[in-house]
Amino acid sequence: VLEFIAIQGLNGLVYSMLLFLLALGLSLTFGLLRVVNLAHGGFFLMGAYFGMSAWLLTQSFWAAMLIAAVGAALVGGLLERLWLQRFYARAELDQVILTFGFALVFADLMKMLWGKDIHSVPPPAAFSRSIQIADFIFPSYRLLLIVVGVALFVATWLAIEKTRLGALIRASVSDREMVGGLGYNVRFLFTAAFAFGTGLAGLAGLLGAPIIGIFLGLDFEVLITTLIVVVVGGLGSITGAFWASLLIGVSETFGKALLPDLASFIIFGVMAAVLLVRSWGKDEEQVE
Amino acid sequence: MSMAEAAIELQPPNTIRGVWAALAVAAVALALGPLAGMPNFVQALVIEILIFSILALSLDILLGHTGLVSFGHAAFFGVAAYGLGIAAGRMTPELMVTVPVGLAAAVLLAIPLGWLSIRLSGFYFLMITFAFAQMVYVVAFRWKWLTGGSDGLLIPSATFLGLPALRSRETLYYTTLAAFLLSCIGMISILRTQFGRALAGIRENTLRMRALGYNVRRYKLIAFVIAAGFGGIAGVLNSQFNLFIAPESVHWTQSALVLVMVLIGGSGYFLGPIIGATIVILLQHWLSSYTEYWGLVLGLLFIALISGAREGIAGIGRQLWSRLGGRQ
Repeated sequence: VLEFIAIQGLNGLVYSMLLFLLALGLSLTFGLLRVVNLAHGGFFLMGAYFGMSAWLLTQSFWAAMLIAAVGAALVGGLLERLWLQRFYARAELDQVILTFGFALVFADLMKMLWGKDIHSVPPPAAFSRSIQIADFIFPSYRLLLIVVGVALFVATWLAIEKTRLGALIRASVSDREMVGGLGYNVRFLFTAAFAFGTGLAGLAGLLGAPIIGIFLGLDFEVLITTLIVVVVGGLGSITGAFWASLLIGVSETFGKALLPDLASFIIFGVMAAVLLVRSWGKDEEQVE
Repeated sequence: MSMAEAAIELQPPNTIRGVWAALAVAAVALALGPLAGMPNFVQALVIEILIFSILALSLDILLGHTGLVSFGHAAFFGVAAYGLGIAAGRMTPELMVTVPVGLAAAVLLAIPLGWLSIRLSGFYFLMITFAFAQMVYVVAFRWKWLTGGSDGLLIPSATFLGLPALRSRETLYYTTLAAFLLSCIGMISILRTQFGRALAGIRENTLRMRALGYNVRRYKLIAFVIAAGFGGIAGVLNSQFNLFIAPESVHWTQSALVLVMVLIGGSGYFLGPIIGATIVILLQHWLSSYTEYWGLVLGLLFIALISGAREGIAGIGRQLWSRLGGRQ
């Protein structure tokens, strides 16, 4: 029993960290740009494929990580510059439809470019062994992912709360016109934030590849779970995204192991419950 | 900016006479079709288009006429078919029993889900309807002894007053056409009453409606249940068309497809969802025999529509009409 809890707990934490990388980008994008990016799962899968191709060429996991993040960030930056930027003044639904359109296009382009096979990337050689802690044996790659996730959370939190750039971002979240009026280049800030978010998603795609693999349809799967995380954590909140990733990641992992029939029922139920609790006693426009 | 505001630009034009005329022409043409030797596969195509037109129209009661973006509408479509199928399989295939059971299933599900969902608006409303629909999907997928699980459920051929019913393509064709026309008349009538005007008011300005003393939530809930009921009619028809129901019909991709139909056709225009359903079904049949990249086409269509023609095809038609000197 203890072993079961330890292993599933670890898996849950690993999954949570991947979710956090995704949710961080999505939440940041929403907080700043007020755009719910439904193509976010596409960037995750795109990063995985970019990284896989880089890995096949170089046999280096670190190069693959770089290409995954930079590639997804570049595509994201271009998308923001060429299309999304013209939609900031439009209604929320327009943006949802636009990004959903891109999600569908990305999905089929990836089918064309990389085919329908299931792929994987092995973990880097330095982290291919296992580590024994107490009586349990853990794959060291998974432990690495947990460290990366927590480090990224702390770094982002510090960057947003304590640095000048972070202050600028927080200011833009609450009033982007005013920040623009003060002479800052908000347009560039938005592009950079969007590219950062999609780059993180791409990085998550590659980091997850040794564990969950790379296959078509994964983009919409992770999109849905990430949306749940972001809604539970509160759109635009980084700390919220972190704790919600842990909640959803761990409960889905244990749910799948204990009640495979009901795991997704549980996370959708959690989201519905959170939304309802948050909305209780308020008018529907006031829910944040 | 909330999604409800998205619909503000979509003032349904006062062209109700044009809608009636278009429906009447289409009805006569479609009614004459089989007599004029319409091939069997075209009849099947028309049946499918009419079923999905009802479904898209019912979604547009929420989307275009009330300003609520539901992402779980397929739940009611599917639950009605499941209700009918289970009643037909376990009790009797008598339509006098199974059809009310199917419709009741959709409506009874819509009351609690709607009551909870309308506490939210905008993106959160979209997410909670999505969550509920996916929960319905999980039930349909996993509750094997009731729903047949992933294998789906075969629906026995129907009887009406004890006699075999809806067994030929023609009878199903005319039944679907009649149900479509009655549903159109029903929905137009509802939207033109005081109640329908109030829904438009909520879409345009919820706060003002509340300040005027309208019980906004009650209106939204009734709209939600009505939409689910008409969605149920589409589901009941679809169960007779396929004589089969599987969890895919309540999956989120099905909900997304209906949303696509409404948006492509033009939300808030009565003919919009019908045009959208026709285009999507035709594209699906035509393209799927040429390409597996159906999503790519759909995605590009989305991007083009949202970048160029915000009001869908009905909106383009209307602009052309007024540019050609037609009346507003």
